[in-house]
Amino acid sequence: MAEVLVYVDHVDGAVRKPTLELLTLARRLGEPVAVALGPGAENTAPALAEHGAVKVLTADAAEFGDYLVVPKVDALQAAYEAISPAAVLLPSSAEAKEIAARLAVRIGSGIITDAVDLEAGDQGPVATQSVFAAAFSTRTRVSKGAPVITVKPNSAPVEAAPAAGAVEALTVSFSEKATGTKIVSRTPRESTGRPELTEAAIVVSGGRGVNGAENFAVIEALADSLGAAVGASRAAVDAGWYPHSSQVGQTGKSVSPQLYIASGISGAIQHRAGMQTSKTIVAINKDAEAPIFDLVDYGVVGDLFEVVPQLTDEIKVRKG
Amino acid sequence: MSLRIVVCVKYVPDATGDRHFAEDLTVDRDDVDGLLSELDEYAVEQALQIADGADDAEITVLTVGPEDAKDALRKALSMGADKAVHVEDDDLHGTDVMGTSLVLAKAIEKTGYDLVICGMASTDGTMGVLPAILAERLGVPQVTLLSEVAVADGLVKGRRDGDTASEQLEASLPAVVSVTDQSGEARYPSFKGIMAAKKKPVQSWDLEDLEIDADEVGLEGAWTAVDSAAERPARTAGTIVKDEGEGGKQLAEFLAGQKFI
Repeated sequence: MAEVLVYVDHVDGAVRKPTLELLTLARRLGEPVAVALGPGAENTAPALAEHGAVKVLTADAAEFGDYLVVPKVDALQAAYEAISPAAVLLPSSAEAKEIAARLAVRIGSGIITDAVDLEAGDQGPVATQSVFAAAFSTRTRVSKGAPVITVKPNSAPVEAAPAAGAVEALTVSFSEKATGTKIVSRTPRESTGRPELTEAAIVVSGGRGVNGAENFAVIEALADSLGAAVGASRAAVDAGWYPHSSQVGQTGKSVSPQLYIASGISGAIQHRAGMQTSKTIVAINKDAEAPIFDLVDYGVVGDLFEVVPQLTDEIKVRKG
Repeated sequence: MSLRIVVCVKYVPDATGDRHFAEDLTVDRDDVDGLLSELDEYAVEQALQIADGADDAEITVLTVGPEDAKDALRKALSMGADKAVHVEDDDLHGTDVMGTSLVLAKAIEKTGYDLVICGMASTDGTMGVLPAILAERLGVPQVTLLSEVAVADGLVKGRRDGDTASEQLEASLPAVVSVTDQSGEARYPSFKGIMAAKKKPVQSWDLEDLEIDADEVGLEGAWTAVDSAAERPARTAGTIVKDEGEGGKQLAEFLAGQKFI
């Protein structure tokens, strides 16, 4: 059976959920072989094995943390050459997309980014993409080389599928270009204690209508009652009310949760691009004419400072 | 010595317009109004600021696209870029990111450069990988997704805000940089700038000028193929209620019915 290379996104050995989703998709195409790089790489093996990885190739070197992107491209290329896989799958994070793109050039393969589904086809894997602010859905193939495909979070379920997950050391010789861009310092982002925005099952977002950084406490309280991530529209981020890392939309994060709750967000194209594929959409807005109401499964026309706290209280009561 | 900056820009269909696909499943660029991709304005802005801080600098703005793509170049020139290069060739129709990056890389080399600046992604394809591919093709450092950038003493430095950390990056010139929409508001062209832009040189190159074979680009030369494109079915109209004092509770009832509570 053909092998499929899966690039592992992990933090000190803790595998992030989108990688487990990738394994589900990889199993549709062949036998998943995972590649884990950097500190703690070997610790990823149990979780990867549990979800279908037949092999886990690992490498650690100072270069992975000290220089941008290229050392990881060198390593993934070494894995590619060792395995000759039928396809290479990566999560659609900013860094993994760049790794994917450079690998694709090197191995002479076409690249598809931000797939939301993937299945085997007669002429190789067929990816579904959501384009033009999710107004269209396309089916795309790579027509040259082994397909390199990045997949968005929440595109497939996480499935248990125990496999050997045998750890093998990957030998990497870094290219001359590997040390081109130095990472001089790194400041980890402060954890909010809430789920990761792109991975969350529920996202609660605030926009212009929230009208001030301090008022985001209302949005956060609702999010916490549901165990949700907090998002913000570009208007709220540009106004400085909420960090850019939480921005949902074309130039921020693209999310596709089970439930999306938009509060005080009008629903401009820029925002819709980042949330339109959410399964259930709910909005609270003062303006009955706001375009966000065209998307909703349930909408409340009203003052968010009345509706949201009442909703939060009611959720707490119902959850006991 | 003059700092040679090349800014790569894209002419895209207006995101607020009715974007759709042509019969051959390429993006329809004829029926929809086009413009300079908003995210590329940030690249032009940072180029202008870097040039201001340099002893001597020249900004070339470069695009690959049909005749109308000149509009994007004019906009960048009116913001303050010095000259423009337009790569246009009928054989380019349907080119994917691999072909486009090949054409840009050849054009950048032909122009001569110390620094290439791109936006973080286009607003139509939204892949966001072209700057990394350019760096790979040109064999120079990639310093991408910067929300702050500065150039001094032959070095480019910047801050990259990632998912898990914020990183300070540094590389020697020549290099490829991309900047995000957090890098600083792009200026509006002044009336003087618009008038001056009309006199600035716009050079046109075709594939032959860049010594690229037609079969390396275009729909046939693409390394990816679009099999189908379907309009997403409109979401079924939902329930909309006006808050009469019980709106939050009604919403909770809906969420409970959907098993979210």
